[in-house]
Amino acid sequence: MMESFDLFGVLLWFTGFAAALLLSPLLGGIINKVKAFFAGRKGPRILQLYYDIAKLLKKGSIRSTTSGGLVSVFPLLNVTALLTASLLLPFSFAVSPFSFEGDLLLFLYLLGFGRVITTLGALDTGSSFEGMGASRELQFSVLAELAFLGIAAFLVIETKTYTLSAMLTGSHAGLHILAELCAAFALFIVLLVESCRVPFDDPETHLELTMIHEAMVLDNGGPGLAFIHYGAGLKLWMLSTFLVSMVLPGCSFYASPWIGLILQIGSIFCVAVLIGILESTTARYRFLKVPQMLLAAFAFSAVALLLLIFQGVK
Amino acid sequence: MNTASFFENFLPALFALLLAMDLLLAVSSRLLHCIRLVAFQGLIIGLIPLAMWQWTTPPHTELIVIAGLNIALKCALIPYLLARTMRSAHVCRELEPLVGYGTSLLIVLAAAAFSFFFCRELPLPGENVSFLAAPVAFTTILTGLFLIVSRKKAITQAIGFLTFENGITAFGAGMALEYGLVVELGILLDVFVLVFVMGIAVFRISREFQHIDSDRLNTLGDWSGDDENEAEMKGEN
Repeated sequence: MMESFDLFGVLLWFTGFAAALLLSPLLGGIINKVKAFFAGRKGPRILQLYYDIAKLLKKGSIRSTTSGGLVSVFPLLNVTALLTASLLLPFSFAVSPFSFEGDLLLFLYLLGFGRVITTLGALDTGSSFEGMGASRELQFSVLAELAFLGIAAFLVIETKTYTLSAMLTGSHAGLHILAELCAAFALFIVLLVESCRVPFDDPETHLELTMIHEAMVLDNGGPGLAFIHYGAGLKLWMLSTFLVSMVLPGCSFYASPWIGLILQIGSIFCVAVLIGILESTTARYRFLKVPQMLLAAFAFSAVALLLLIFQGVK
Repeated sequence: MNTASFFENFLPALFALLLAMDLLLAVSSRLLHCIRLVAFQGLIIGLIPLAMWQWTTPPHTELIVIAGLNIALKCALIPYLLARTMRSAHVCRELEPLVGYGTSLLIVLAAAAFSFFFCRELPLPGENVSFLAAPVAFTTILTGLFLIVSRKKAITQAIGFLTFENGITAFGAGMALEYGLVVELGILLDVFVLVFVMGIAVFRISREFQHIDSDRLNTLGDWSGDDENEAEMKGEN
């Protein structure tokens, strides 16, 4: 809990949190709409993912006899980890009421937990196909986490705090424009790889050569698949919140805090549109290229760190 | 954004772009891409003196002439020559560098960290000298040296040399050192002649041996005494 209890801020934060829970499946719809627009198609409805989730929740599910049961639980565990992590994020630029000193590490590890439980669930199916997906996911996530840690170190040094909400809402924008840009670019690459978007992974295709994340969840159906879809949307929303809060100035900058809320949600939709444009205009990278691109993300975060550390020295 | 803060940010942005070019040079395998990167570096280096000049006094003809010559030579003529050589030697990729691209990126990053650390203690000569000038220039120099030792193709080594030279020019320009027109022209002529000669050499080598891997030329020397390799080279002809 915060030391000085700010009812209005808490209300604002809960509004942002509720928006995240309700609107996160919308992001996939927006991305698909943008892609359909670029391809000259009509595309699925923007609310399609809600219908899919509702349909899947009504269904039953079966699991293979070789599995030990983790395969039917891991989607729920993953969504739980993501929801817990999202409690620490500063929605609508308000400091989270659940934040505490050092929660940055908890945030990173909860994301890591979600990933590990997903890969374990994939291995649990006993299918070599899913094992391949798990192997690829872990291989790339090592490099993605390196870049994410670089960004986290950048934020810690810049704002001199270990509290996630405080470091993202601090009025840091404008001080180190170049370093901020580098870190934001690195975070965008991390966002793309974490949410399995196009230059790294194609969520649309079911081709064994190219799948990473989709290969891991092939054996899931029914409510489990619904939770997987929801978790993917929520993760994209959380990382976009992270990116948007890092780039835009904190809530004290705006005339009314509600403008901050609307601005943040609008910016997250803009990130989704940007991803849609990127997916329509670029092709997937070869597998050999992916680690290079992730190393580039790390390079950008390292350059941001260098610029930040040595900027004060005149 | 008002004009004053724009110009304040313009110079650091140029140096940051230069640093980005270094990192990209370390990872790009296509020669044409490398040549374009070096050309862009040349453009940035030509712009640095213009960005640092206080435009309150009437335009300095010498400065503009040097900048124009720099840009024309390093951004247009030399890249054109390199691209021509590349086409005539029928190479378009550095296929097997001695150091892989991921490792190269990490090494250049380490070089950048070292340069930043090293230049921390250097006193800046003037008020309007950017704190980025010295470390970025050193990083560019180290990147150039690294490219020369870690790549096999003669063209990539020429690109490394150009990067190295760009780093030295960036240091001079960024530190607001004034050489005068004659010295600048001398340096430019030097670089130009070197690239010219290198182009001819690469063309000749590729015509004789069907490849431009410079490390395989070691077997040509008398000192190597490796008869099998020599026989192999002759067999290729």
